[in-house]
Amino acid sequence: MKKEFQIISELIENNTRVLDVGCGDGVLMRYLKDQKNVDTRGLEISKNKVQICVSKGLTVIEGNAEEDLKQFPNSSFNYVILSQTLQAFYNPEKVIDNLLNVADKAIITIPNFGFWKVRLDLLIKGTMPITKNLPDEWYNTPNLHMCTIKDFFNFCSKKKIKLYKSLALYGEKTSEINNYNLNWKNLSSELGIFLIEK
Amino acid sequence: MNNKENIKKIVIKKPLKLDCGETIVDYPLAYETYGKLNEKKDNAILAFHALTGDQFASDINPITKKQGWWSYVIGPSKAIDTNKFFVICANVIGSCMGSFGPGNINPKTNKEFGTDFPVITINDMVNAQYNLLDFFKIDKLHSVVGGSMGGMQVLQFVANFPNKTKTAIPIACTASHSAQNIAFNELGRQSIMADANWKNGNYSYLNSTPDKGLAVARMAAHITYLSKKGLQEKFGRKLQEKDDLNFSFDADFQIESYLRYQGSIFVDRFDANSYLYITRAMDYFDLVKQYNGNLSKAFENSKTKFFIISFTSDWLYPTAENKEIVIALNSAGVEVGFIEIISDKGHDSFLLDVPEFLKTVKNFLEANY
Repeated sequence: MKKEFQIISELIENNTRVLDVGCGDGVLMRYLKDQKNVDTRGLEISKNKVQICVSKGLTVIEGNAEEDLKQFPNSSFNYVILSQTLQAFYNPEKVIDNLLNVADKAIITIPNFGFWKVRLDLLIKGTMPITKNLPDEWYNTPNLHMCTIKDFFNFCSKKKIKLYKSLALYGEKTSEINNYNLNWKNLSSELGIFLIEK
Repeated sequence: MNNKENIKKIVIKKPLKLDCGETIVDYPLAYETYGKLNEKKDNAILAFHALTGDQFASDINPITKKQGWWSYVIGPSKAIDTNKFFVICANVIGSCMGSFGPGNINPKTNKEFGTDFPVITINDMVNAQYNLLDFFKIDKLHSVVGGSMGGMQVLQFVANFPNKTKTAIPIACTASHSAQNIAFNELGRQSIMADANWKNGNYSYLNSTPDKGLAVARMAAHITYLSKKGLQEKFGRKLQEKDDLNFSFDADFQIESYLRYQGSIFVDRFDANSYLYITRAMDYFDLVKQYNGNLSKAFENSKTKFFIISFTSDWLYPTAENKEIVIALNSAGVEVGFIEIISDKGHDSFLLDVPEFLKTVKNFLEANY
């Protein structure tokens, strides 16, 4: 399992209810179920991946976070996970709002557009950056609203969303993000992982 | 058609109070089984048939000599693998394949019930079939599964018996029959009633049955089971064994000939009065109303794990209506999965060879066994 998922699972307490939005082939759900006795549900846009989850005995609904989060009652989960898809929504602000309605806490991870390699790509080459976390060309990327760790940090304070935990990931290395090291982490990290609450 | 003596039947001694107020007792329920019930009796699946189905879900139907209606789904190594599971399928009451229906003899008159048969509901059908669990001494089913009206029975079964099945698969169905569907059913009923042979339902079952009316009802219904795209691709404007238009009202087009054929073979195996009663039961189905406008209340005590399946080209029971069920189950905190299968084959997709659909059913049943 990839490091990002390890960190996410460490943020989740045992015996809780978790909704994994964009659960993919269910690797994280399976792990949470087996290792932490978590009652998991998934929402996944790809029919193929829903099929894979079904074959693993995981409970997944085919759907799109922008339309189908509404079907879950308020506070029906302890946690909701959104891994590296926030930037692909038409209206990320609304999605975050809905995430915080269906669950008490949300774990959101974002590919950091402030990472130095991304900045350098644009600065030196003058073309849209392509990295491990951002592998697509500008003309076929699903990403509509790229943001940086700092953007997300600022967004939370502006919207009065509580940031319980902010973690930065570079390779396999994790570190905490705070107000003092924010600019540095924004430059040196590939991924931001945030545990938020309304 | 008449060789129905060898059909498996139980006679249900326990009185059943129908929704219409009447009570029935000592009534026959015809069924068929596939696969073997294991020692723990935890591998049983109850399959519910749709409007014109019967208990012969798989293999060759001994009455019609045709493949069972769910032969793609039920059988060794198939989606519902009879090497693993024991499948029970019963003929719904009101129907005409051995279960208690309008074609049965009314002991009071010594003639067929006809329209003296009580109006039955999906709830009545399900309550009657529940007796099969006692008959086979099954405490808990592995699954209840069905498409269309079969899916409605799945929903009603879990609402009535919240913890008598581990899983449930309602396919291409609805929790509340729509105005459009009631309209199509009424069209079918009026077509039967307009046939001079119908005689208010008191036709002679041996001869002069309202075949024309029933055939037209079937033709109209058949169109609703297909999709526009599917029809266009299969038939288009192709002519039936001719090079040019006939300038007459013969079946010039292949689609006309196909529908006429579907109508004609249907009347050989189905009873017009049963068609009236079963379509009525579908129209009356409104699980939302049964639970005072809150569908999630129907499922709030259930530990059953659901998987709901709809099809992209099904305009009779569209994805949106299937999703209403998903939403209600989520609201009740019930475990529910959902997928919309891509298919051009319309509502009939659940009866046909649609590999993604078959795979979903198989994976869900086996991963949860």
